[in-house]
Amino acid sequence: MTITLVFLAALLAFFLGWVLSRTVNVEPWVADGGSINDHLPEILTTPRVGLAIFLAVASSVFALSISAYHMRMDWGPDWLSVPSPALLWVNTVILVLGSLALQWSWNAARRDDPAGRRRWLYVGGALTCAFFVGQILVWRDLTAAGYYVTANPANSFFYFMTGLHALHLLGGLVAWVRTVKRDRDDTPSDVVCTSVELCTIYWHYLLVIWFILFALLLTT
Amino acid sequence: MAELGHDATSHAPPREMPEMELPHGHSFWTTYVFSQDAKTIAIQYSVTAISVGLLAMVLSILIRLQLGFPNTFSLIDPSAYLQYVTMHGMIMVVYLLTALFLGGFGNYFIPLMIGARDMAFPYLNMLSFWFYFVSVLVLIASFFVPGGPTGAGWTLYPPQLISEGTPGIHGGVILMMVSLGIFIVGFTMGGLNYIVTILQYRTRGMTLMRLPLTIWGIFLATMLALLAFPALLVAALMVLLDHLAGTSFFMPAMFSMGEQLPHEGGSPLLFQHLFWFFGHPEVYIVALPAFGVVSDILATHARRNIFGYRMMVWALVAIGGLSFVVWAHHMYVSGMNPYFGFLFATTTLIIAVPTAIKVYNWVLTLWHGNIRLTVPMLFAIGFIFTFINGGMSGLFLGNVALDVPLADTYFVVGHFHMVMAVAPVMTIYAAIYHWYPKITGRMLHEGMGKIHFWVTFIGAYSIFYPMHYLGLMGVPRRYFAWGETAPFIGDDVVMLNAVISIAAIAVAAAQLLFIYNLIRSRKHGEEAGPNPWQATTLEWQTEHTPPTHGNFGKELPVVYRWAYDYSVPGTKYDYIPQNVPPEEVEMAEPAAGAAKT
Ligand code: HEM
Ligand SMILES: [Cu+2]
Repeated sequence: MTITLVFLAALLAFFLGWVLSRTVNVEPWVADGGSINDHLPEILTTPRVGLAIFLAVASSVFALSISAYHMRMDWGPDWLSVPSPALLWVNTVILVLGSLALQWSWNAARRDDPAGRRRWLYVGGALTCAFFVGQILVWRDLTAAGYYVTANPANSFFYFMTGLHALHLLGGLVAWVRTVKRDRDDTPSDVVCTSVELCTIYWHYLLVIWFILFALLLTT
Repeated sequence: MAELGHDATSHAPPREMPEMELPHGHSFWTTYVFSQDAKTIAIQYSVTAISVGLLAMVLSILIRLQLGFPNTFSLIDPSAYLQYVTMHGMIMVVYLLTALFLGGFGNYFIPLMIGARDMAFPYLNMLSFWFYFVSVLVLIASFFVPGGPTGAGWTLYPPQLISEGTPGIHGGVILMMVSLGIFIVGFTMGGLNYIVTILQYRTRGMTLMRLPLTIWGIFLATMLALLAFPALLVAALMVLLDHLAGTSFFMPAMFSMGEQLPHEGGSPLLFQHLFWFFGHPEVYIVALPAFGVVSDILATHARRNIFGYRMMVWALVAIGGLSFVVWAHHMYVSGMNPYFGFLFATTTLIIAVPTAIKVYNWVLTLWHGNIRLTVPMLFAIGFIFTFINGGMSGLFLGNVALDVPLADTYFVVGHFHMVMAVAPVMTIYAAIYHWYPKITGRMLHEGMGKIHFWVTFIGAYSIFYPMHYLGLMGVPRRYFAWGETAPFIGDDVVMLNAVISIAAIAVAAAQLLFIYNLIRSRKHGEEAGPNPWQATTLEWQTEHTPPTHGNFGKELPVVYRWAYDYSVPGTKYDYIPQNVPPEEVEMAEPAAGAAKT
């Protein structure tokens, strides 16, 4: 549980700092008409805050899975690590490219360049689908080589964690489809821009999660 | 806005909130069923939660009938008994309390109390309710599958959760896990809304330190829930894989009738860690909103400002943070390194400090207050009593040496019912009696309310107090009957069990009276007017009662003070609503005779 606790401690420290900075020197019982502005800074728009909270929840899911992974690994000599097929590296590169493509789409959206926005949005989606295909191939190859889900706890965890990551990405693709739909009908461009932005941040986040999971699988 | 700034140079003017676009309903379906108005969603949540709560209450009566009068009811066999216990516990904790405090109270009070028109993401909010609703249906469906619902206890410990011999290991377990999964997804949608709304949509002047404590409690509890429910989600997914795909996350190698079962190498302890990493914060997910609600009700009905507001906020934060590092106190008897036991006993006992601060502050709020013993006030005071009692027995169980003999006895059952069953339920009643007039425009019947309170209060104590004694006598929990140990069980235990069961039936009857009161007062209650309790918070200052979609009139209210300006010296009335500017506060007439001296 150490990893989860570190994650939570970081969140809590951040939160405590925020609460204390806004409460220590305040005298709540004084009515003075005005008040200090303790809304979040402007750059934290409502959709962004919403996404950030969701990412905290998702991080909690991943942190707990990683904690469970470690706990289980430390407990038994029966743990037989899963090899990391070369294809995983390819998939990693595809995922990085997918993230980059979305970033470009977002950049284009901010430049008010709807053609670029749409082009890179499609490229990002296509790369993500390619990543899915790649992951399915990895699972198939591993199963074919005798690394069944049930053969060893390490295998179960491998499938569980990569599956969890894929599920989150799948959720992302739902958002992506909605963004594409907005991009194609006459939704105002700032709304589309927000959608693209949220997708991009989410993709970057899942990329980081993928790095962490991949590193974990490589090193253990 | 300069006139609002106390010191315009150091204090940035409050941000203007953009007007929200409200998705108004256009047909019956979008107005009452798939509504995106937080208040309607709140009522949907509450009605659903209270309905399953009643089901769980019926189950508890069935449990009590068996325990109080064994061998009388052939309907209840050992399997059914365990299934009732499990479903009772799970429904009460997750589907009643969590859903009602956060989905029900959160949705109703957050926008109204912070001066917002609605939640930040109304559509998501609506989805949240429907996910919850489906999760309830799936849960109920498990009563109708072959084998019935799971009987593994609300803690769902593997391996027995999915091993032959436990009731409901086929459809029942699967539906339970699926239902929990749906619940968690739905809750996440709602929780996002509560947090974002509180962060982004506070009206002008509503700083963090002017939030009513109810909002602080809901805010922090939501954060706990968002971070803790994932543990249950991960555990539920792994259980499903163990059960359906044959993995061994939690299932160790086991032999049954000389044959090895297919699983091998899983760790039941891993499940316990995940479960309690959710399970302990869950206690506070229920308790923090209760703390908040009680604080506000005490201040209003004692006509005094809450004592130590900032302390109260910090104590809530501290309790919330600490609640993540005590989970293993539920696992003292599961086997762990003694140093860990020591560590977790210490963190557990440390929680008593902020908790005690809160209790002192409540009592000091009442001290010299102009206490009005209204029904909500009675329930709020009932909460304080009960919470202290439950907290005391918690100190026993928090110590490893005392927990070892007491674990899995009725002492534990008595303890957790005091702190997390009776105490939060008291708060729920306090809140409903307090806010019903705002929600419906009519008062609940006071006489019936008082009967409801006294029967519930005295009844709950007659049920759960003796359970501590039973526990000390060594009576184990989750036992259908005592079997061959029956000769060692004294007559006093047998008699007490019968008494407890009779008290339970009386309490249940009182709840039906309450339900009747709810329904009757909707049409025939006394007109309440906009602010029957003369309270300060924004929800009582709305143009309409009940508030319409959008909550406030054309203009959002501006907040000038905290929520606790009761009995301010020198003013004419004994309360000043949060949205009254300083220059409009009416001063008292100087006392006659004062001029002469
Ligand atoms: C009418 C009032 C209630 C009565 C008479 C009652 C009675 C009982 C009884 C007899 C048990 C079985 C104990 C055992 O053998 O282990 C039980 C278990 C439980 N109750 Fe209640 N209860 C009531 C209300 C509540 C409420 C409001 C909650 C909400 C937190 C709650 C939560 C639980 C839990 C979590 C369990 C443990 C289930 C398990 O062992 O798996 N109860 N209750
Ligand atoms: Cu606990």
